[in-house]
Amino acid sequence: MVPPLPSQRSPSASPSQPSGKSEVSDLRLQLRQLAGSRAPGADDSKRDLFKRVISYMTVGIDVSSAFSEMVMCSATSDIVLKKMCYLYVGNYARSNPDLSLLTINFLQKDCRDEDPMIRGLALRSLCSLRVANLVEYLVGPLGSGLKDGSAYVRMVSAVGVLKLYHISPATCLDADFPALLKSLMLSDPDPQVVANCLSSLQEIWNLETSEEASREREALLSKQLVYYLLNRIKEFSEWAQCLVLDLVSKYIPTDSNDIFDIMNLLEDRLQHVNSAVVLATIKLFLHMTMSMTDVHQQVYERIKAPLLTLVSTSSPEQSYAVLSHLHLLVMRAPMLFSSDYKHFYCQYSQPSYVKKLKLEMLTAIANESNTYEIVTELCEYAANVDVPIARESIRAVGKIALQQYDVNAIVDRLLQFLEMDKDYVTAETLVLVKDLLRKYPQWSHDCIAVVGNISSKNVQEPKAKSALIWMLGEYSQDMLDAPYILESLIENWDEEHSAEVRLHLLTAAMKCFFKRPPETQKALGAALVSGLADSHQDVHDRALFYYRLLQHDVSVAERVVNPPKQAVSVFADTQSNEIKDRIFDEFNSLSVVYQKPSYLFIDKEHRGPFEFSEDIGDISLAADSGDNVIPAQRYDANDNDLLLSTAEKEESRGLTHNGSSYGGLEYDASLVSVASSAIPAPAQAATSLQSALAIDDLLGLGVPVEPEPPQPPSLKLNPKPVLDPSNFQKKWGQLQISSSQECSLTPQGVAALTSPQALLRHMQGHSIQCIASGGQAPNFKFFFFAQRADEPSSFFLVECLINASSAKAQIKIKADDSSVSEAFSVLFQSALSKLSVA
Amino acid sequence: MISQLFVLSQRGDNIVFRDYRGEVPKGSAEIFFRKVKFWKGDEPEEAPPVFNVDGVNYIHVKVAGLLFVATTRVNVSPSLVIELLQRIARVIKDYLGVLNEDSLRKNFVLVYELLDEAIDFGYPQTTSTEVLKSYVFNEPIVIDAARLPPLGPAAMFMQGSKRMPGTAVTKSVVANEPGGRKREEIFVDIIEKISVTFSSSGYILTSEIDGTIQMKSYLTGNPEIRLALNEDLSIGRSGGGSVYDYSSSAGGGIVVLDDCNFHESVHLDSFDSDRTLTLVPPDGEFSVMNYRMTQEFKPPFRINALVEEAGPSKAEVILKIRADFPSSATANTISVQMPLPTYTTRVSFELEAGAVGQTTDFKEGSRKFEWCLKKIVGGSEHTLRAKLTFSQESHGNITREAGPVSMNFTIPMYNASRLQVRYLQIAKKSKTYNPYRWVRYVTQANSYVARL
Repeated sequence: MVPPLPSQRSPSASPSQPSGKSEVSDLRLQLRQLAGSRAPGADDSKRDLFKRVISYMTVGIDVSSAFSEMVMCSATSDIVLKKMCYLYVGNYARSNPDLSLLTINFLQKDCRDEDPMIRGLALRSLCSLRVANLVEYLVGPLGSGLKDGSAYVRMVSAVGVLKLYHISPATCLDADFPALLKSLMLSDPDPQVVANCLSSLQEIWNLETSEEASREREALLSKQLVYYLLNRIKEFSEWAQCLVLDLVSKYIPTDSNDIFDIMNLLEDRLQHVNSAVVLATIKLFLHMTMSMTDVHQQVYERIKAPLLTLVSTSSPEQSYAVLSHLHLLVMRAPMLFSSDYKHFYCQYSQPSYVKKLKLEMLTAIANESNTYEIVTELCEYAANVDVPIARESIRAVGKIALQQYDVNAIVDRLLQFLEMDKDYVTAETLVLVKDLLRKYPQWSHDCIAVVGNISSKNVQEPKAKSALIWMLGEYSQDMLDAPYILESLIENWDEEHSAEVRLHLLTAAMKCFFKRPPETQKALGAALVSGLADSHQDVHDRALFYYRLLQHDVSVAERVVNPPKQAVSVFADTQSNEIKDRIFDEFNSLSVVYQKPSYLFIDKEHRGPFEFSEDIGDISLAADSGDNVIPAQRYDANDNDLLLSTAEKEESRGLTHNGSSYGGLEYDASLVSVASSAIPAPAQAATSLQSALAIDDLLGLGVPVEPEPPQPPSLKLNPKPVLDPSNFQKKWGQLQISSSQECSLTPQGVAALTSPQALLRHMQGHSIQCIASGGQAPNFKFFFFAQRADEPSSFFLVECLINASSAKAQIKIKADDSSVSEAFSVLFQSALSKLSVA
Repeated sequence: MISQLFVLSQRGDNIVFRDYRGEVPKGSAEIFFRKVKFWKGDEPEEAPPVFNVDGVNYIHVKVAGLLFVATTRVNVSPSLVIELLQRIARVIKDYLGVLNEDSLRKNFVLVYELLDEAIDFGYPQTTSTEVLKSYVFNEPIVIDAARLPPLGPAAMFMQGSKRMPGTAVTKSVVANEPGGRKREEIFVDIIEKISVTFSSSGYILTSEIDGTIQMKSYLTGNPEIRLALNEDLSIGRSGGGSVYDYSSSAGGGIVVLDDCNFHESVHLDSFDSDRTLTLVPPDGEFSVMNYRMTQEFKPPFRINALVEEAGPSKAEVILKIRADFPSSATANTISVQMPLPTYTTRVSFELEAGAVGQTTDFKEGSRKFEWCLKKIVGGSEHTLRAKLTFSQESHGNITREAGPVSMNFTIPMYNASRLQVRYLQIAKKSKTYNPYRWVRYVTQANSYVARL
C-alpha cells in the first residue's frame, strides 16, 4: 500500500484553511489504519471517519489530500460507506484527476454488481467525476446502463449521458447515445426514465449547433411526441410534468382542435397543489391561445381563481413567485382583477417582499371603480410601523394619482399626509406632490398652501429636499417666504451633503430671481459663489453655466432656465411594451420575478436556442451595412435598457465586427450624456420626455417632427433604405403594431430556409432590408425594415417569426404611416412567398 | 435545472452542501448569506426569495429557521425551485421526525443520501418519501423527544413556520418505535388561517380563510382512503351565486369555498356527487387539499380598542377582547399587540381583577405594547387598561400615530369555515385491521387586525 510519506501530502491541502490541517492528517492516518482491516466493527469505525471527512468537506475544509486513503477504504460491501465515498470522490475528482483514476477500477466493478442499486449508484458517480481523460471508461458502462433491466439504472444512465456530453460532447455523440435516449424515451415503461431522456436530449440538442441538432430539436416538438407525452402526463412525477408542460408550451398546434384537445386534457392541472405545475399549465394555455383573442380572454378568467388560491394558501416564498406572475398578467389585463383588489391588501404577518408586490398590484389595478377603496387602504399603511412599507404605500398613492383622471380626493389625502408630522411620510409626500404638480399644475394653489407650512428643517432626505426646493423655485411668486427660505438654505451650503440638493438649489435660486429679483439677488449671488467653489463637478459646471448665461443676457437666461412648461401628460413608463412582451414570452421563469428579459441576467451559453433570442441587441446584425447610417438624434427613456445592453455588447464585439453602424451608436450615447448633464433639473430629466424635448429644443438638437403630407396610393420602396439599429429599436419601441398577420411559406421556401441568410438576401432583392436575425431551424426570427422611396421619413418595420416545420410565418408590421401598412403587408407577403431555392 | 443545493443554519454555516453541476463557484453559500443578511443595509428588510448576484440566481426558502438554497445559471421556473426546496425540506422532516438545525446536523449523511436521489445533475428525480425509502440506507438518528419543548395537544400545531404548520407527530416515517412495531395510524388535520381586518367602528373590512387539509400517514401497505367532506360543500362563488346569497343571509347555511386545489394522489371521481375524496396516501406529510374562502364567517374574536386623552401628555387605552366561539373551545397562546406613538415614554397596565396567566409588556425599542394571555375560554371577555405617558403634548391625533391592534392566537378543535370531515374510511385489509385515526381541527390567526 501507499507508504505514509509526508511529501505525498498535496500542496493544495488547504493552505487557506490552516485550522483543518492537523485534523485532516489525523483522519488520513486513521483511515490508512482501517483500510485493509476486516476486523469486526471496522465498517462502523469507517463510517464515523467518513462522516467526519464529509462534514469537513461540507463546511469547506479541503480534505482532498485524503483522496487515496478514502479510495483505499472504499473496498467495502457496506452501501452507506460506498455512498459517502462516492460523494467524496465526486466532489474532489476534478481537482485530483490523477488520483481519480484510482476510483475507476472499483466504480467499474460496482457497475456490474448484482444489486441494481449499487449499479446505479456506481454509474452515477462514475459519470459525475467530470474528468476529461476518463471518458473512455464511461462509454461501456453507460451503454449497458441504458439497456439495464432495472429502471433505476436506466434512469441514472439517461442523466449519465448528459453528464458525459458535458465532459466530452464528441464522445457522447460518437457513441450515438442521443439516438439510444430517443428510442428509450419513446418506449420505456418507467416515466422517470422517459423524463430523464427528454431533459437530457433537450439539453444536448440545445447546446449543439449542427443541422442534425436542429432537426432533433424539431423532432422533440413533433405532434407525435407531444401527444405521446401528454397521454402519459399523469404517470409522471410533478417535476416531470413541469418538464413536459414546458416542452408542450413550445409546440405549435396544427389547428384549433389541436389546441382545445390539449387544453381539455390539461385543465385539471390547474387544480394542482404544486404551483409549478399550475404555472407551467398556465403558460401553455396562454401561449397556445395567443392568436385566439376570445379564448385567450377566457383563459385569463379561468386561471384567476387558481392563481389567487396559490397566493393565499402557499408559503410566502411561493406567494411571492405567483404574485410576480399575477403582476405580469395584471399589467396586460388590468380590468381582469379590478374587482378582486381586496386580495391584494397587505396582511399584517406577510414579509415585506410580498407586501411590496401587493402594493404594485394595487397600483396596477386601480381604476375609477375601486380607487377610493384602494387609496383608503393604502393610507392606512402610510401610518404603519413598518416604515419601508409605509413609504411604498405613499408612493403607490402617488402613482395612482398620476394615472387617474379624477384626483381631487387623492390630492387631499396626500396633503393630509403632510400634516401627519412623521419625517418619512413628509419626505415621500413632498416628492409626490412635486410630480403631481408637474402633471396637474391647476392644483398648485392648494398644494403650495400646505407645502409652505413645512419647515425645511424637518426635511432631510435629499430627494424630498430637492422636491421642496424645486417647488420653492417653481412657485416662488405664490410662496411668500420662498426667497428667504432659499436664502437660509444657501447659507448652509457647506452643510448640504447631497449634490442633487445643491443643484436644485442653484436652479431654484435662478427661478426665484427671475420672479422676484430684488429679494433674491443676494441669495442668488451667494449660491453662484458657493456653486463655483463647489468640489462637485456638476454643481460647479452648472453654477458656471448660469453665471455666464446671466452675464450674457438675463432674458435669455430666463428662457433657458425657466421656460414656460407644459404639464406632463404621461410619465414615461419604466418599461417599454417590447420589454413587457418579452417577459411575457418567458412566463414561468425568473424573468417574471426580476421583471426583465432573460438576456439581461442570464449568460448567453445558458440561454439555449429554444428560447428565442428575443433581444435585438443580441441577434447578429445584418453584416452588409456598408451604407451610410443616419446618426441617431435622440431616444426616449424607455429604451434605456435595450440600448444599454446593445452598447455593452457592442463594446465586447466591436473589435471583431468593425461594422460602421456602431459609429452611430456611440455618437448617440455621447450625445445623450451631454444632454443630460445640461438639463437643469435632473429629476425631471429622469422621468420626463417633455423636459428632454425642451432641452433638445434649447440646444437645437431636436428632430423637427414634420407633419406628413398625404400619401399617394401606390407604394414604392427605396431599394437602399437606411436605418441604423438604434433608430430601429427606438422606432420599434414607439410605434404600435399596425398589421399582424400569419401566412404560409411555400415548400420551396421552407427548403431554401436552411439558414437565416437565405431569406435575408432574398428580401434584399425586394428592397426589404434585414436589420437583425436569429434563431435556428426550425424557428427563425427576423427584423426587417423598408423605406418608402417617395417619402424618406416613412419606414416600415417588420418582425417576422418563421417556423419552418409548420411552414408558417407570423408577421408584425409597424409603420410610421399606418395607412399604407396594408399595402406594404401585401408586398412583404408576396416577397416572402417567392422565396425558393436559388 | 439547478446547479447547487445547500442548507444553511441561521448563522450561515453550511449544514449540507451539494454541487450538482459544478457551474457555480464554491463560495456561493457565503455570497448568498451575506446578501441575505444585509439585504437593505441596516434596514430590517427581508431579502426576497429569489435574487441574482453576478449571473448566479439564488433561490431560497426558510423552513424551521433553516435556509434551503438552490443556485442556478439558467432561467428556471422560480415556482418549481421553491416547491422543490420545500418538498425536500418536508421529505427530510418525514425522515427525521423533527426538522431543525440539531436534527439536520446529526443526520447530515442521511440528508446527502436524500439529496443524491432527489436531484440528479440538477434535474428533480423523485421526492416521494416512500420511493426514497428504498434508496436511503442511513438510519435516522432521532432527536430525543424529551429534549423538545413540552407539547400540549394544541402546541403541537404551533411548531414549524407559520404557513406550513407542522402536523402533530414528530416521529420519523422510517424509524421504528421502541416497541419494534410501528403503530398504524393516520393524522388528518384541518388547519385554517384566518385574516380579518376590522375598521375603527368594528365593521369587518376584509375577511378570508385559507385552509389546508394536511395528512400524515403511518399506514403500512398504503391502503386506499376515503375522506368525506360536508355534503353541501359548494365551490366557486361565481358558479352558484344564488346559493351564496342564501347562505350569507342565513348565516348557518352551507359552506362555500371560493376555490381549492388538490394533491396529485387525490381522485375526484365522486367529489362532484358526494364530496368525497379518494386517495392512496403517500408516506409522510402532505396537503390533501388547500382551499380559500371569502364567504362571511363569524370572527372568533371581537376586538374593541378605545383611546382617550387623559390630559395634555397622557392617554388611556382600553382594550376589550370578546371570544365569540362556543365555550367548548379554548384559544391558547394569545398575544395582542399595539404600536404606540413614538413619543410614548411610559406605560402602566391595569389587568382585570383576578386575571390569571396574563402578562403585559411595553417594548420601548419598537414602541409597542404586548398583552399575552395563556388561554381564553369561548364566550368570555377580557379587558386591559393601559395608561400612556408622553414626552410631548399630543396634537389630538393619537389614533393616527398608534395602532393598529393586531392579534395572534390558536384555537384547537375549532374551525371558522365549518368545513368538516364527515368520515375517514380506510380500505380494510382484514377484520382486525383498525388503525388509529386522528381528525383534528385548528384555527390560527394569520392577520387579525383592528384599526383605530
